[in-house]
Amino acid sequence: MPAFPDAAREAVADTRLRGNLAHATGTIRERRAAAVAELDDWDALRESGKQIKDHVLANLGHYLRRLEEKVTEAGGTVHWARDAAEANRIVADLVKATGESEVVKVKSMATQETGLNEALAEEGIAAYETDLAELIVQLGHDRPSHILVPAIHRNRSDIRDIFRREMPDAPEGLTDAPADLAEAARRHLRAKFLSAKVAVSGVNFAVADTGTLVVLESEGNGRMCLTLPETLISVMGVEKIVPSMRDLEVFLQLLPRSSTAERMNPYTSTWTGVHPGDGPRDFHLVLLDNGRTETLADEVGRQALRCIRCSACLNVCPVYERAGGHAYGSPYPGPIGAILSPQIRGIGSDVDASLPYASSLCGACFEACPVAIDIPEVLVHLRARAVEDGPRHPVERAAMTAAGWTLRSPARLALAQRLASASRRIVAPRGRIRRLPGPLNAWTETRDAPAPPAESFRAWWARTDGGRTEPRAPEDGTDDGTDGRTEEGQ
Amino acid sequence: MRVALFLTCVNDTMYPETGKAMVRLLRRLGHDVEFPAGQTCCGQMHLNTGYRTQAKHLVKGFAETFGGYDAVVTPSASCAAMIRDWHPRLAPRTSGLASRVHELTEFLVDVLGVTDVGAYYPHRVTYHPTCHSLRMLHVGDRPLRLLKEVRGIDLVDLPDAAECCGFGGTFALKNAEVSAAMCADKVAAVRETGAGTLCAADNSCLMHIGGALTRTRAGVRTVHLAEILASTEEAPA
Ligand code: SF4
Repeated sequence: MPAFPDAAREAVADTRLRGNLAHATGTIRERRAAAVAELDDWDALRESGKQIKDHVLANLGHYLRRLEEKVTEAGGTVHWARDAAEANRIVADLVKATGESEVVKVKSMATQETGLNEALAEEGIAAYETDLAELIVQLGHDRPSHILVPAIHRNRSDIRDIFRREMPDAPEGLTDAPADLAEAARRHLRAKFLSAKVAVSGVNFAVADTGTLVVLESEGNGRMCLTLPETLISVMGVEKIVPSMRDLEVFLQLLPRSSTAERMNPYTSTWTGVHPGDGPRDFHLVLLDNGRTETLADEVGRQALRCIRCSACLNVCPVYERAGGHAYGSPYPGPIGAILSPQIRGIGSDVDASLPYASSLCGACFEACPVAIDIPEVLVHLRARAVEDGPRHPVERAAMTAAGWTLRSPARLALAQRLASASRRIVAPRGRIRRLPGPLNAWTETRDAPAPPAESFRAWWARTDGGRTEPRAPEDGTDDGTDGRTEEGQ
Repeated sequence: MRVALFLTCVNDTMYPETGKAMVRLLRRLGHDVEFPAGQTCCGQMHLNTGYRTQAKHLVKGFAETFGGYDAVVTPSASCAAMIRDWHPRLAPRTSGLASRVHELTEFLVDVLGVTDVGAYYPHRVTYHPTCHSLRMLHVGDRPLRLLKEVRGIDLVDLPDAAECCGFGGTFALKNAEVSAAMCADKVAAVRETGAGTLCAADNSCLMHIGGALTRTRAGVRTVHLAEILASTEEAPA
């Protein structure tokens, strides 16, 4: 995976992608703001969501044991997976034990994270995504670029082309009308649902007190998967627990409004173990750690585990809107991806080391997050870790050390300012700098840089006793009117 | 009340006119400011780039320089936010001081209780609320309340005002392409207003947007809010 800035470069230049993203995020942004504004207790709800999650995280061992107990009591089987490979192994073995070679899937972030579909393919098992957007991504041999709307980077005509090309049962002369596309997908999927004996799902919430699993969705495909097959295998990150049914109430308000800007999502499915004559006969729950325990050990970073994957932070993020989801190199793009991926995967790779910097720290994500994850705080925290982890950027390190040394002493800062002022005629004969050397050239590629003024404020203050010995402060000191200020027409 | 001016390293070095405007403005309102010579930088650039140790040194230096003042006023919303939010976390003993540090518009409206500062600025102006002023400092409509009282001003709304301009400190270098794309949209919004002046409460963001404005020869000048508020009929900015 290339580092974020390199991957983003392509996306920024792709006008069609930029258009799709700006349109989609802009629309959902406005709708979300309206849906949130409808509730006058939003701040209190948000605080509750945060506290419930924090409580669970602080007592995770307890709640996990309770969940296991309750699921087992209800006739389910609980499996523990330390990492992605272990989770995939467990699922593959469970599928093989049924004698089947096909599974239908409910949209699931956890299995995206583990790369389950690819792992199953290696075992000769075909996994069919049933969420419409996931289906588009799968048929397009593509990667998801959004948590909630994995095909957000595609528009209608892209989708029609993919269906025509990859969907064997697509009707002749399929148009790009949304209703036609949905109908084609519905027919295609119905055949899969009716023949599938095994389903794999994700989990939005797991209720520890009752052993109940919960999935929220918009299309109803998930419910088909959860009820029709004989065997159901659900994979969830260990942090997805809520203590009791009562706690669900908070999240059933927070999640739909934050993600799809709806008061309530169309389908909320809950299931508890197995019941003769009703739903799957065999139920398995795979509890996935995959870096979560280590994340939990980090005092600042652990708040990322509160995430309920609503994608509000993506939709408000100006960086995501320009760079697209693929640049983040993980199923978790956008602001949450920038703090979650480097924590669960470690900061070792180029992309993971670059993710904490994939933000202007504008704070829009924090403001939108329904469980109040202070994403900017975690980003800054992870940047410090990236810097401490080694001399990845020797030039930057030298520059920052030099700047730190200069700034630590007013005398040294004053000297640097005098040098800058003295050089102004050379570096910026016309008042603006059009090209800076070395890495600073990244600035002047698209922006002018201001020329240093003739005199720093500090020097002016000392020379004029704070302006008292000078009749009027401004202009006098600067002979061409530029104090690094923008003036047009030079 | 002993009031100190914390000009910030960027303003001190690159935008002395903003500092001079602050001095003029506050004197005109009957208050004097001191400029403690020991000041340098709040440490934001180092902290935000991951150089925490360097940042801590600067935080301690800040506390030594400003510890004795009743109020500290600064023309940078983002440095004020850094001081208020981060200084206590990096050096817990500085928390008493952090709450005495005010960004200019907070100082005028909350501490001095004025919105009409007697300014005159006969131009079409649009205001960009920078992210840190908006979401970290929560200055709200204070800048607009101050601007609305300026005589002669033609204040126009900036479309999508709350969108980040893409500066973000070293983000502008580390993710230059994305930063430039964000800036391009901000520039387009500014031009849509027909304003000849773009103002904000932070010269760093203005340096970024202004750099793109001059590069594209947009004919829009960038001015710190302090300079508009300091401008009078007798001594126009
Ligand atoms: S970090 Fe917050 S806003 Fe982003 S997906 Fe998670 S819960 Fe939603």
